[in-house]
Amino acid sequence: MSYLLKRIAFYLFTAWAAITINFFVPRLIPGDPVQALITKSRGQMTTEAVQSLYVLFGLDKDESVIEQYFRYWGQLLRGDLGLSFTFFPSPVADVIGDGLPWTVGLVGITTVVGFLIGTAAGTVVGWRRGSWADLLIPVTTFVSSIPYFWLGLIAITLLTGRGSFFPASGAYDTGLVPGWDWEFIGSTLRYGLLPAATILISSMSGWILSMRNMMVTVASEDYVTVAHAKGLSERRVMVGYAARNALLPNVSGFALSLGFIVGGTLLVEIVFSYPGLGLQLFQAVGAKDYPLMQGIFLIITLSVLLANFLADVAYLVLDPRTRREG
Amino acid sequence: MAVVPTTAAVTPVKRRKPRFVANPKATTGLALMGFFVLMAVIGPWIAPYDPSERSSDLLQPPSGKHWFGTTHLGQDIFSQVLVGTRSVMLVGLIAGVVATVLAVLVGVTSGYLSGAGAEGLSALSNVFLVIPALPLIIIITSTLPDTGNITIALVIGFTSWAWGARVLRAQTLSLRRRDYVEAARATGESTWRIILFEIMPNLTAVIASGFVGTVIFAVISEITLAFIGVSDAGGWNWGTVLFWAQSQQALAQGAWWWFVPAGLAIALLGTALSLVNFGIDEFVSPRLRGGGKTRVKTADGRTVRMRVGFTPVLGEEAK
Amino acid sequence: MSDAVLEVRDLNVDYGLGDDAVRALRDVNLTLHRGEVLGLAGESGSGKSTLAYGLTRLLPPPGVVRSGEVFYHRDGGDPVDVLRMSHAELRRFRWAETAIVFQGAMNSLNPVHRIATQLTDVIKAHDARSTRASRLDRARELLSLVGISADRLDSYPHQLSGGMRQRVMIGMALALEPKVVIMDEPTTALDVVVQRQILRRLVDLRERLGFSVVFITHDLSLLIEFSDRIAIMYGGRIVEEAASARLYRDPLHPYSQGLLNSFPALRGPKRELTGIPGSPPDLRAMPSGCAFHPRCPRATERCGVEVPVLGVPEGRVQHSDHRGRTVACLLHPVHDNGF
Repeated sequence: MSYLLKRIAFYLFTAWAAITINFFVPRLIPGDPVQALITKSRGQMTTEAVQSLYVLFGLDKDESVIEQYFRYWGQLLRGDLGLSFTFFPSPVADVIGDGLPWTVGLVGITTVVGFLIGTAAGTVVGWRRGSWADLLIPVTTFVSSIPYFWLGLIAITLLTGRGSFFPASGAYDTGLVPGWDWEFIGSTLRYGLLPAATILISSMSGWILSMRNMMVTVASEDYVTVAHAKGLSERRVMVGYAARNALLPNVSGFALSLGFIVGGTLLVEIVFSYPGLGLQLFQAVGAKDYPLMQGIFLIITLSVLLANFLADVAYLVLDPRTRREG
Repeated sequence: MAVVPTTAAVTPVKRRKPRFVANPKATTGLALMGFFVLMAVIGPWIAPYDPSERSSDLLQPPSGKHWFGTTHLGQDIFSQVLVGTRSVMLVGLIAGVVATVLAVLVGVTSGYLSGAGAEGLSALSNVFLVIPALPLIIIITSTLPDTGNITIALVIGFTSWAWGARVLRAQTLSLRRRDYVEAARATGESTWRIILFEIMPNLTAVIASGFVGTVIFAVISEITLAFIGVSDAGGWNWGTVLFWAQSQQALAQGAWWWFVPAGLAIALLGTALSLVNFGIDEFVSPRLRGGGKTRVKTADGRTVRMRVGFTPVLGEEAK
Repeated sequence: MSDAVLEVRDLNVDYGLGDDAVRALRDVNLTLHRGEVLGLAGESGSGKSTLAYGLTRLLPPPGVVRSGEVFYHRDGGDPVDVLRMSHAELRRFRWAETAIVFQGAMNSLNPVHRIATQLTDVIKAHDARSTRASRLDRARELLSLVGISADRLDSYPHQLSGGMRQRVMIGMALALEPKVVIMDEPTTALDVVVQRQILRRLVDLRERLGFSVVFITHDLSLLIEFSDRIAIMYGGRIVEEAASARLYRDPLHPYSQGLLNSFPALRGPKRELTGIPGSPPDLRAMPSGCAFHPRCPRATERCGVEVPVLGVPEGRVQHSDHRGRTVACLLHPVHDNGF
């Protein structure tokens, strides 16, 4: 399994790079980074916040950058991401812990489902090239150019309001206590429906287009002609021969664009005030809550790396050529 | 197409449209883009109002006086969108140029040269590819003391070159093994001459499509940054309009005109750029081209679709 | 003829539609007899592959069959026209009656499925009553038929050599015991030794199983060695057809002579290697009259005006090996009653 080992090594390296970027970005500003952030916040920072920043950056002690770097790592490994000052004095780790399940639930599921539906639709559109299905292409091109968050705004205007089934904001009925009971789960589903639909519609269209193009390319491969010559059923040729091969580049494309997609989907949370990482990032940006921003960036990056790794495993299962012989 | 080698040779001349501009998708895209570039140049001059100027027409729906309506402060939204075009196009183009230059440098170098340095560059672009770009851009811009157009454009440019670099590297790797490149190397041409005159001309389409892709990404990123309030809210762009619409609860007040025009503008610009890219794709790989007519009428009047695997039979009388 | 399995009549194939159409096949007539190996030869672009894919309706767009008939003679039944079949009928007909071995040995196999899957799915598609075990048995049998050990069933195509892949394709072609096997340049990508090995095996199998073969290649020397009868194609038409021994000894059409002179003699007296000057015609701008006349060493003025008709040459004794001998050349006047 040397392929997987190589990928794991690469992801570890990338994780290291992301953490190091996170460490150095505030330090690249000439002078005192805390002072710079204070200036930027136009004096809105509390003394606790300033203190928390000094601790986060390791500037409370007289240390060299290298010592700071190692201490930063030590903190990270203990799960210490500093203190948030939007939610002072909660540790950043706790704040993120509250938001992460909502984001994984909403963004994670819809991204995967969007990919699956988009790929399936692209298969049919590409296969039935030259038929009515081609009319979908200009529509999907337009939809895929719309920013996710704007589509969310439109959905809220058109579909929510007094008496509507869809709530305009939040993740569950505020009168309920979160727990594993049916009432709460039902409420979660109802609140999640519209944000999920928004993400699905915008993310799907990109996959429809790319899968369609791959299907058109693969349809003229020799093995597809052979499959036709064998008299196999339409379904078998389309799925087992054409789509099965067209899927491969689409899966690797999925892995590579996860970083882009997640960035876009997080904004949907803002529009719907959905209590996930995206909304927290928005709040952190508004409050110049630098520790929280950094923490969210790290968690998002690590999640995307994990998702990438899973996509790699899927690719490995799908393409026998990447498996080692014997 | 190894199955029927003759097809390529006998494709009718008339059907072949070798010129890029003859592609309907590319033409539509370029025309739309031209419109936006024009607006970027003349927008601030033809705007009927100062976009920041307040008036007593608070939160008015679209009318003859205010085509796109007004904000809670009585500002003219049409002027805001018009003036904002310049910032959007400027950031898109600068970021696109920066990212494309970096992509070409990293991609072509790591594709043509071999050794540890090339591997390192390739690994670097893979790292930048998987790190989520938008959160990274947010982290960087919120640290920077200045968040004007140029700064934003540079940050976006410096973080979004990896995709292009990866594609260019793959393309360069395959070009490097072509006969004419091998021949040039055998005759002792210098590496830089080969890269500039033998390799680069064959990468034009890939570079162009990478550029267009980056511009799309940069535009969306800039608007997003403005929308969540990272960048300077003083200058106008489509994202700033949406930022104010969101923060002033335009939705709750039913002021749909506040965010619909800016969003449509983004979608239109995005569509234009995507169309240009489809044009480039079809120009490069002819399989994707529509190929003219796909429906055939048979002699007995039925219409059949041309498709792989079932050649239509017209059943005409022999001529 | 009573022992025909496949009869092509006045087949016209175009690329494109209407005025843009390029005529790739013009009034092609060809008969394949039971148990014979019929060779199709010609330079690239002569229409030999187009013929193979046109008569099986596997030409990709923009190919269209403009007119003609392709009769397939079932055992003890009326002949059926392949060109008039519905898609469902065509699916049932394909592979069960005519199988094809394609040009690209490397790309004919689906890279993501095991050999076993690709050998058994065709059996399953045509025989709903077969069981998984019976299909696997058959797959094992097919591999041994082409000399591949059964443990290769679990391999993926990329794990096999080019020669092995092509043999798998031949085994696959025989899966449903078809009466016709069409082979389109089946061995061009392989080295000479493997090429001959595979063809030898094919000819053996043909004798054991009794199917007919349409063998397409630009390599006339292979045809002369392995086929019973040869049809030479030029510019989308058949220009000469004869038993292979006859064609080798006594080619009538100057183009056939040119092709024969472009490879060294297998046995007998040495000939001068000359080849054919010029290049194959552009189908978009075909020369008037006989398509070959611009390159023909023996062309007369008449050749540029009159299109020669394929027919039985006059004045030739109707030997047994003259059966079905036809030529389309003004140098050789033909009987009006044709064939």
